[in-house]
Amino acid sequence: MNIGETLLRLARESGFAQFLAAGGWKNLIMIAVACVLLFLGIKKKFEPLLLVGIAFGCLLTNIPGSGLYHQELWDAYVAGEDITFTHIIHHGGLLDILYIGVKSGLYPSLIFLGVGAMTDFGPLIARPKTFLLGAAAQLGVFVAFFGGCALGFTGPQAASIGIIGGADGPTAIFLTSKLAPELLGPIAIAAYSYMALIPLIQPPIMRALTTKKEREIKMEQAREVSKTEKIIFPIVTAAFVILILPSTAPLVGCLMLGNLFRECGVTERLSDTVQNALMNIVTVFLGISVGATTVAERFLSLETIKIVVLGLVAFAISTVGGLLVGKLMCKLSGGKINPLIGSAGVSAVPMAARVSQVEGQKANPSNFLLMHAMGPNVAGVIGSAIAAGFLLAVFG
Amino acid sequence: MFAHYSLGDAALTAVLGYAVVFFGLVLLLAVIYVMGKIMVKSVKKVEAVHEAHTEKPALPAPGSAGQLKLHDVDERDAAMVMAIVAHKLGKPLNELRFRSIREVKDDEV
Repeated sequence: MNIGETLLRLARESGFAQFLAAGGWKNLIMIAVACVLLFLGIKKKFEPLLLVGIAFGCLLTNIPGSGLYHQELWDAYVAGEDITFTHIIHHGGLLDILYIGVKSGLYPSLIFLGVGAMTDFGPLIARPKTFLLGAAAQLGVFVAFFGGCALGFTGPQAASIGIIGGADGPTAIFLTSKLAPELLGPIAIAAYSYMALIPLIQPPIMRALTTKKEREIKMEQAREVSKTEKIIFPIVTAAFVILILPSTAPLVGCLMLGNLFRECGVTERLSDTVQNALMNIVTVFLGISVGATTVAERFLSLETIKIVVLGLVAFAISTVGGLLVGKLMCKLSGGKINPLIGSAGVSAVPMAARVSQVEGQKANPSNFLLMHAMGPNVAGVIGSAIAAGFLLAVFG
Repeated sequence: MFAHYSLGDAALTAVLGYAVVFFGLVLLLAVIYVMGKIMVKSVKKVEAVHEAHTEKPALPAPGSAGQLKLHDVDERDAAMVMAIVAHKLGKPLNELRFRSIREVKDDEV
């Protein structure tokens, strides 16, 4: 055994040597990006449960020679070549196998199951007119979609970028994995980063579009919702929404099943499991496998910058849409509705509702808008699922 | 197929998509609104029936008669006294008639 040759071969095959190969510098940049994302997740607490996983997936996939994720396998799969999930299990790396859960739409749907079990739709049932705010706050989705088309993205890519405006991570991942998997990394990172930045993005828009008098409005207590109504709600909603748009079935079906587990009163163990154990397990898999898609060759491009900008536009316009309809409802109700709850229609449960509460309380310290804002907030979740279903029906 | 999506088509899709979201949620709004109305109505109905039952004066038990006057005696003690008397006399309680029950103070004995 020639020790010198062996050491030389080891050095040539190491990841360090591959940094010096063609395009290796891009991996270095992506590792730096991963470290920045880890900093944001750990230190700044930007959606840490997902961002830490995404950042670490980004780090792992960009270490040269790690072989955990193979972009070329997935490109072949998307191109319709003779590649199946079985082939990927046999020939792929660990992150390729985990990514099957994203590609098949499994993880986002299971996350929705947990979200449904965590969500109290009571405020929405008590005041169903707040469905309108949830619908209005999807404006950014379609404006960003149009913007994406104008900036040269294909229809499916623009649709995937637009859904960032729905402020709903699992929905964005679900739609993008179906329509434009090549953009999954930047879209997921943009969606979760902006969701974490909602307390910074929304307040200036809220203050610009509402008067102090409007922000001071104290809303009446909503009626009490019976147990029966809470049980009927997920059944009726799942049936109606899926009948209107069958492509929403995985997301809306899981969301409402989770909610039924919560409300029916006889499946407490299941509700507890989907809210905690299952949700945590899926979050780990989802985060790391989405992070794995941030391959340097794809991520470091002008497209990523466009996506980041369009994502911000989508969030801002969605907030504007919710607020404008909130103002309209305020006028029509004779000042009984505080328009600030409109901005909560962007989903991002419960962050957006908390922002409405904070802004309302700044204007009037005795104002408690949180429960009122939860109505449009959860309506936004259903609204973004419908928007995603529509885009999937058009481009899928 | 989607590589050249014209701006006109994009605008049309965007407007149609937004309209579909509104349509879906307005339909849900209507369904939930109607469901809420029905539930509130049925709850009111149940409450009305309940109130009607509680408002009616309680009918006297078969065989009992008249009103019992209690003087410095609470209802629980009165019920115990009546039960003891009935037991001692060996007669059912509804065949006895109590006019009043009064506590006898020590200094009255």
